[in-house]
Amino acid sequence: MPEAAAWPPQDERSVLGKKIPRLDGPDKVTGRAKYAFDINRPDMLYAKVLGAKHAAATVTEFDPSEAEAMEGVEAIWVQPDIDGKTIHYSGQVLAAVAAVTEEIAEEALHRIHVAYELRDPVTDDTTPEHGGNVDEDVRGSIEDVEQAFEDADVVSSGHYGCATITHCCLEPHGHVAEFRDGDLHIWASTQNVSRYGQGLTDTAELPQDRIHVICEHMGGGFGSKLGDDIWGRAAVHLAKVTGKPVKLLLDRDLEQQIAGSRPSSHADVEIALNNDGEILAWRSHDWGSGGQGGYNRPHLPYTLSNLSPAVMRTQRVATNRGSARAWRAPLHPNGCLITMAALEDAAAAIGMDALEFFLNHVVDLTNNAEAYREELPIAAEMISYQDKAHLRGDETPGPVKRGLGIALHQWGGMGHNSNADVTIHPDGSVEVACGTQDLGTGSRTVLAIVVGETLGLPVDRVHPKIGRNAYPISGASGGSTTIGGISAASRLAAVAARDALFERVAPELGVEPGELEARDGRVQEQGNPENGMSWEEACGVLGVDSLTERGECVPPQAAQAGLISAGAAGCQIADVSVDVETGVVKLNEFVCVQDCGLIVSMETARSQVFGGMIMGVSYALYEEAIYDPVNGVMLNPDLEFYRLASMAEVGDLKVHMMTGPRYDERGVIGLGEPPVIGPGAAISNAIANACGVRVGMMPMTPDRVIQALAEGGKLA
Amino acid sequence: MANDEAKRPGVEGLSRRTFLKSVGAGSVGAGLLPRGGESGAAQAAEAPAVVGPGETSITLSINGETREVSVEPRVTLLDALRNRLDLTGSKKVCDEGTCGACTVLYDGEPAYACSILAMEAEGHEITTVEGLGTPDELSAVQECFVKHDALQCGFCTPGFVVACTAYLRENPEPTPEEAQRGLGGNYCRCGTYAGMREAVLDAARILRGGE
Repeated sequence: MPEAAAWPPQDERSVLGKKIPRLDGPDKVTGRAKYAFDINRPDMLYAKVLGAKHAAATVTEFDPSEAEAMEGVEAIWVQPDIDGKTIHYSGQVLAAVAAVTEEIAEEALHRIHVAYELRDPVTDDTTPEHGGNVDEDVRGSIEDVEQAFEDADVVSSGHYGCATITHCCLEPHGHVAEFRDGDLHIWASTQNVSRYGQGLTDTAELPQDRIHVICEHMGGGFGSKLGDDIWGRAAVHLAKVTGKPVKLLLDRDLEQQIAGSRPSSHADVEIALNNDGEILAWRSHDWGSGGQGGYNRPHLPYTLSNLSPAVMRTQRVATNRGSARAWRAPLHPNGCLITMAALEDAAAAIGMDALEFFLNHVVDLTNNAEAYREELPIAAEMISYQDKAHLRGDETPGPVKRGLGIALHQWGGMGHNSNADVTIHPDGSVEVACGTQDLGTGSRTVLAIVVGETLGLPVDRVHPKIGRNAYPISGASGGSTTIGGISAASRLAAVAARDALFERVAPELGVEPGELEARDGRVQEQGNPENGMSWEEACGVLGVDSLTERGECVPPQAAQAGLISAGAAGCQIADVSVDVETGVVKLNEFVCVQDCGLIVSMETARSQVFGGMIMGVSYALYEEAIYDPVNGVMLNPDLEFYRLASMAEVGDLKVHMMTGPRYDERGVIGLGEPPVIGPGAAISNAIANACGVRVGMMPMTPDRVIQALAEGGKLA
Repeated sequence: MANDEAKRPGVEGLSRRTFLKSVGAGSVGAGLLPRGGESGAAQAAEAPAVVGPGETSITLSINGETREVSVEPRVTLLDALRNRLDLTGSKKVCDEGTCGACTVLYDGEPAYACSILAMEAEGHEITTVEGLGTPDELSAVQECFVKHDALQCGFCTPGFVVACTAYLRENPEPTPEEAQRGLGGNYCRCGTYAGMREAVLDAARILRGGE
């Protein structure tokens, strides 16, 4: 890996790290940006999915004949082995209908006759009663844990948890499939363009090279759109048998039921500590449900990697709910809530200010002590912590109580394997092609910034080409790996292309290639800019042939070269008001101090942090998938009773990015997940600090606040 | 019975739209009175003309253009725009009048296109996001959304742009709190509200003839 690929020093950057408007902004604000859902093809059919009406059942009869006979219905795909099929959750895919209009397809679903034999569903995850085997993790020994709890001045204990929530992508899952000239063309809403076709080869009966995937824009994924899914294969089947393009994107009710969720978590936690704040030991029993999917222990105690002795016991509760999928920072928000709430309760138990407790007794138990020690005072300053802080329970008269809450978070964020091609054309135009996707994170903008910086060109001179599996293979956008992967790959490609151009231009200028630089739209001799030519003239030297160079991000090597690294730490403080008569919580202010290494695109990086915080406010206060306790069916598969935060409900938000020396030199670190981890914990702690009782379960809706106040004897 | 409809919780009585969709789905044969507006209704009362359940050709006025489109009575304005006229800027997200992603201007007023039947829209002036500006010629609101990065994935963005445009026409000088409440009828999942707040206030300044 060439040394010259290292990022330029901060004071020499022209566009890297600057506030550059998102390149696809104009297309998105005018409705010109085409998402999979927006693709209309000649003679296209509309497909709708039939989901099971019950959460626990067996299909005893399945008769699609009435639907098949309808005018306008062109084909019906039926789940293999439908007779006797076991239903594990409501919405489970049974069949899909393709018809000439969306309305006919919907009507046809109602005319498929399905009979079920019902079973009793498992719906309750609030106790470990239905849990599986206990998975135990011990630091030190059990004896050490028991001894520490005996020796401690104080044992603080509590019950904490969070409900199942959904990804709630505004563009639902699905795609448009079209067979044309023997090839399959797919317009997909996906986080994984390069590999999306892999799972479709059997259904399409085509090799991978004949499957062309396109995703110019996609309307949200958050971890749930990494595969092609059963409905995606159904759409391909329908396109194949009808010979017509088929559009299949899930209806909202199915999107909410079957297209992904974040597991619930429940935990009993005990912390042993001394009156001076020293934390001695941790003991926890957590359980949760990923529906039919998995539940693994969240990182517990979260961030406290060096707290020992400790014992963590975990059980998975399998419920009749749609399966969990990776939800932005999988299980980190759960672990953060459980841990930070338990820590704040411990501070309250010994009557210590939470900030003092975190700074003096918590951060040293993490692997990010230096970062947290720098960040926490900044966050405190931003929210005027010292002016507002009080010990647990706001003693101000009146029903509205105000409080502050702190949370720490951490994430890896190492870039993934990625390739990119930079092409310089003789007319001076430049393109960068990469088989990545833009989830709203700003992939296009990042590619243009990196290549523009490297070639000394403004961003609008670089044409980023993404969202096709025909482009150089890139990674899935998951785990905050995209920006590291594509920025390193495009940097390496651009450096190689620039150097190849220098080889051709150097003889014209009578210098060695190594003496040239690309800067301010010129190729010129370093230290002697008069000896140079405009970018267009320099590219003209190429004659008739364009020049393409490939860059490959192999994470360990890219990290070695200083382009990327892992390990982002941050902290958040929330300021809330709680009306103890109504239970309504209002965000006043919410601040985040975030480290993410070298920032490529300041505008979109800040938007990511704001976005994580806002999504966090939403799950902390409003979001909950509610399942009928009797029949197990999801009761709110919509956006009316599955509530998202609206603009007026997220408080005054402030973000501080840790930039400059010591942060910048670490290279690029992903930023998608970190800021979404802490909001639940920070807000939970702020509510406890305000009203004097812990609202253990998230979302902290008015009914839960009132219940906690009543149980704590604090009801107004 | 339409199992999809039956599963929706909490709906006390059917909305007008749900009712019409269900009727269509059941093919009871009921149709819709032709032509919107009072005169049409009065005329229909004298001679009960019925259209549907099959397709009927209607004329819509969209973004200043006259568009012919053939729809069944149960087709919403949103589905007519997206599926029959290829005007896909208006997004289908909740499809029940909650999220605002399909917001259009209906005689200048913001309205959820998913909650209007296409046939009802005859005789009304409809403006979609495509009618507000182009990438080369952005409206003030659109320009401010780009400038303040008031978007991420962008799926909710057209709805917000239309809602914001309508809001500022009625409220040219909002306080930040008023603007937030005024746009509370739209949802964003990526969490772009911080940029949107700045965009709305900046656009208000520009539209008032400010800097």
